[in-house]
Amino acid sequence: MDAPTAASVLAARNLTRKVSSPEGTLTILDDIDLDIGRGESVAVIGPSGAGKSTLLALLAGLDSPSEGEVWLDGQALTGLDEDGRAALRAGRVGFVFQSFHLVPSLTALENVMLPLELAGQSEARAAAESVLDRVGLTPRRRHYPRQLSGGERQRVAIARAFVGQPLVLFADEPTGNLDAETGSRVADLLFSLNDESGTTLVLVTHEERLADRCDRALRLRSGRLV
Amino acid sequence: MTAAGFALRNVIRNLRAGDLWVLTAAVAVAVAAMTAVGFFTDRVSRAVDIRSAEVLAADLVVNSKRLITPDYQDRARELGLDTASATSFPSVVLAGDSSALADVEAVSAGYPLRGELKTSVSLDDVAGVTTALPAPGEAWADAKLLARLDADVGAEIALGSIRLRVTGVLRYRPDQGWSFVDLAPTLLINEADVPATGLVLPGSRVSYRQLFAGAPDDIVTLRDFVESRLEPGESLRDLGDAGPEIRTALERAHRFLRLAALVGSLLAAVAIAMAARRHASRQVETVALMKCFGARQGFVLRVMMAELAILAACAGLIGVLLGYLSQLGLSALLAELAGADLPTPGWGPVAGGFLMAGLVMAGFALPLLAPLKRVPPLRVLRHDLPGPRPSALFAYGGAGAAIFALLLWQVGDLRLTAWVATGFLVAAGGLMVIGGALVWLATRIRGTAGAPWRYAVASLARRGGESVVQVVAFGLGIMVLLLLTVVRNDLMDEWRATLPERAPNRFLINIQPHEAEAVESFLGERGAETRLVPLVRARLSAIKDRPVAEIDFPTLRGKRLADREGNLSWSSTLQDDNEIVAGRWWDDDPLPGEVSVEADFARDAGIGLGDRLDFNVAGETFSAEVTSLRTVQWDSFKPNFFMLFSPGTLEVYPRTHIGSLFVDDSRDQTVLELVRRFPSVTVIDIEAVIGQVRRVMDQAAIAVQYVFLFAIAAGIVVLLAVVESGRDERLFESALLRAMGAKRRQILASTAIEFGLLGALSGLLAAGGALAAGWLLADRVFRLEFNGSPWLWATGTLAGLIVVGVSGLLATRRVLDQPPMAVLRRF
Repeated sequence: MDAPTAASVLAARNLTRKVSSPEGTLTILDDIDLDIGRGESVAVIGPSGAGKSTLLALLAGLDSPSEGEVWLDGQALTGLDEDGRAALRAGRVGFVFQSFHLVPSLTALENVMLPLELAGQSEARAAAESVLDRVGLTPRRRHYPRQLSGGERQRVAIARAFVGQPLVLFADEPTGNLDAETGSRVADLLFSLNDESGTTLVLVTHEERLADRCDRALRLRSGRLV
Repeated sequence: MTAAGFALRNVIRNLRAGDLWVLTAAVAVAVAAMTAVGFFTDRVSRAVDIRSAEVLAADLVVNSKRLITPDYQDRARELGLDTASATSFPSVVLAGDSSALADVEAVSAGYPLRGELKTSVSLDDVAGVTTALPAPGEAWADAKLLARLDADVGAEIALGSIRLRVTGVLRYRPDQGWSFVDLAPTLLINEADVPATGLVLPGSRVSYRQLFAGAPDDIVTLRDFVESRLEPGESLRDLGDAGPEIRTALERAHRFLRLAALVGSLLAAVAIAMAARRHASRQVETVALMKCFGARQGFVLRVMMAELAILAACAGLIGVLLGYLSQLGLSALLAELAGADLPTPGWGPVAGGFLMAGLVMAGFALPLLAPLKRVPPLRVLRHDLPGPRPSALFAYGGAGAAIFALLLWQVGDLRLTAWVATGFLVAAGGLMVIGGALVWLATRIRGTAGAPWRYAVASLARRGGESVVQVVAFGLGIMVLLLLTVVRNDLMDEWRATLPERAPNRFLINIQPHEAEAVESFLGERGAETRLVPLVRARLSAIKDRPVAEIDFPTLRGKRLADREGNLSWSSTLQDDNEIVAGRWWDDDPLPGEVSVEADFARDAGIGLGDRLDFNVAGETFSAEVTSLRTVQWDSFKPNFFMLFSPGTLEVYPRTHIGSLFVDDSRDQTVLELVRRFPSVTVIDIEAVIGQVRRVMDQAAIAVQYVFLFAIAAGIVVLLAVVESGRDERLFESALLRAMGAKRRQILASTAIEFGLLGALSGLLAAGGALAAGWLLADRVFRLEFNGSPWLWATGTLAGLIVVGVSGLLATRRVLDQPPMAVLRRF
């Protein structure tokens, strides 16, 4: 097994994930090798059930593989416990989810401030206000998630993902819950922010149109890269 | 950012977003219930502390039923101590056409040696400290005595054979004690006036006090001197002895109030657990997100703990403030019992309130929130992953430990705590079973009623466990209120019904032997016939030749009764309210030296048939053999005795006579004439005594009811917690129903039926509980027939229906105010 190159910000070798089910052991991901360079944007594309979200979870250290290794920013995730992986993620990783995942009791601004507050940054408010301005939501900054439309909620989520200037941004079907027009505008925003910040983007999607906007695409079928 | 800082922001944001209020309210109610009682008992205890320091009005006091030998006073003077004396006896005081029983305190110059007297120049005037004493021919009367006599300063009153002028209102004397039932307010006179009253005669109920004060060493010397010479009937008290009885009585009352408050607090704890559970389930997604952003388990746990600590501090503050305001009400309600001018409370209850808030949070909320640290970050991608479940041991163990700690803290006795905890568990378990059965039954009767009814019943059944908790919470609160109002009145009525129509309502005491016949014929001539019985005061000195002091009595009551100077009498016939249960009565051939003992007293003192009892009367000793045991119907209000002797045993000893008679309102004049004609006779108005006892009971009942209002408040918080925990579900359902065409009115009707039914079930449980408790009390404690009013079922059910129905409807109203589309889009 080759070690990842120094240029890789994210790498995986022999990555396998199995789960037990009443029908026996299921292999969700099978022997995945990949290297993603700094500033690169990579789409993970495939049909439902291909293992896209599982791959994203393993790459982000949200889950542990059954076999294989993952390196994030040059550090191996394997062997780290949950707290160790959390520490590695802190300040390095941003997320955008299909179902937004905004905290309902926090306003738009406070949702954006959350990662900075957790990282103990003192200028959280100013930074969050600036990113919210960038996504065009300054007038809505005091609104709670339930008072925002789907597109607005995803724009808040994107602002929250970029506010900490992460090394890697993981986006899981970021337009999956939005209509085509809103989805396209949200995607525009995501890619332009990514270009500006030079963040590495790992985008999980089943939409070819979205995948085409990335530097390259990794195609998954039945848990294997094809 | 530190966990505490993050937690503080989170708490503020959650409160602002409308979350956490129920949790805060629940903790505040739990704290308010405890601190209200805490503040009150603290104030009363402080009052006792302050007064017990001067409760003797001296450093050392010799008490006696007989004149005290001058030896003690001579020795005290040699030692350079201050001395004073006081004589007290009960007597009727007359003013114009009014009469009232007073506790006459005749004092010598120098009284009080410790503490101060407070008087005022008229009833309307404020009290001031005085160093003077009433001059001979003058008297200072307690405000209550003046009120009963309908007199004021300046009035002339008759006391025995003399007339005195009231020259002041007595507001306070240091040794007035803590008579919770203040039967006889004080009349303070000069000792020089005592002989002229003609009230102090052999056999009268008089007690003498010799007071001493001075340097501690000299007091100890005098104490040793007196102790070695104490005569039977004399006792010695110093500050160390002051007020232990009152302290014990108070501690019991406080313990009871604290336990009553604890019921409210524990109900509130149920709401705390429910609100915490909802908060925990709402936090799962947030914690998963925090972990995605790099938060570690330890950080999450610290945030949860800090959040609870912050909430406990806020809720504790609110609770302490509410508790302080509530105790003002409690103090006002109990002013007559506890005294009107209580000192301000200390900081103890404040600290206690915050401690309580921390304890209930740690016991009931932390075990539900702490497991959040184990939320897997993967939950942000996979919602099907289960949230972490608190371990049963941790959750129940935490609650159990908190309950036990609370009980131990409030009861202060490990054994008693174990008993009370067991009682709590059994009662709670029993109520849960009955409540569960009621809810189950109600949900069986979906019947053919309209859709709102069916929907309401379905909703009740779906929230089964929570419904039961609510029924029990409200049921308990309503039950106590019913028990203390309706059932108590029913019991009083039953008791009254057992009294004969013309039961005696006046007691006559202190009738001298030479007056007995004259009093009997005086009353007979006026149609108020009475039979006077002789009374000899004596002390039981030995049972079966064993001195009383050495006997280990079976019960404390037996020891107390045997220790004190008792009332003895003799009779050739057995009164019809007495019944021989063992041995035989001396019918026709009484022999001297036989005694019949009241059965309960005999049991408590370990006295049996054939036992030889020795008595001491004024220094002389005599013996008698127990030849029978009797039961006595004490509430016949006729003179009755624990020990009744055969004729020929007691006649040689100094005695007075006592009797009882029935006086209706139209014959009140007879009593006044009797007192004028025989000034040394004391008339005690039993109706006034019963009235006083009733007032005390009423006050105590109101206080307990007041404390149980916290249980109702806790019930409402439980309801809020339940409504809150099912809010999303309710919101979704009502939006769905409305989207399908249900009218707002129909949903409202269904909600009203649901909560009304819940309330009615609580009321039903409450009525059943109150009737069962009432029956138990009547049958086992008061030995009365109890026919609980059938209206209780209706009262209870209606009360529950209204309280729970209205508060439930108010709490869910917001659900209906939201447009269905806005709601449905959220889910």
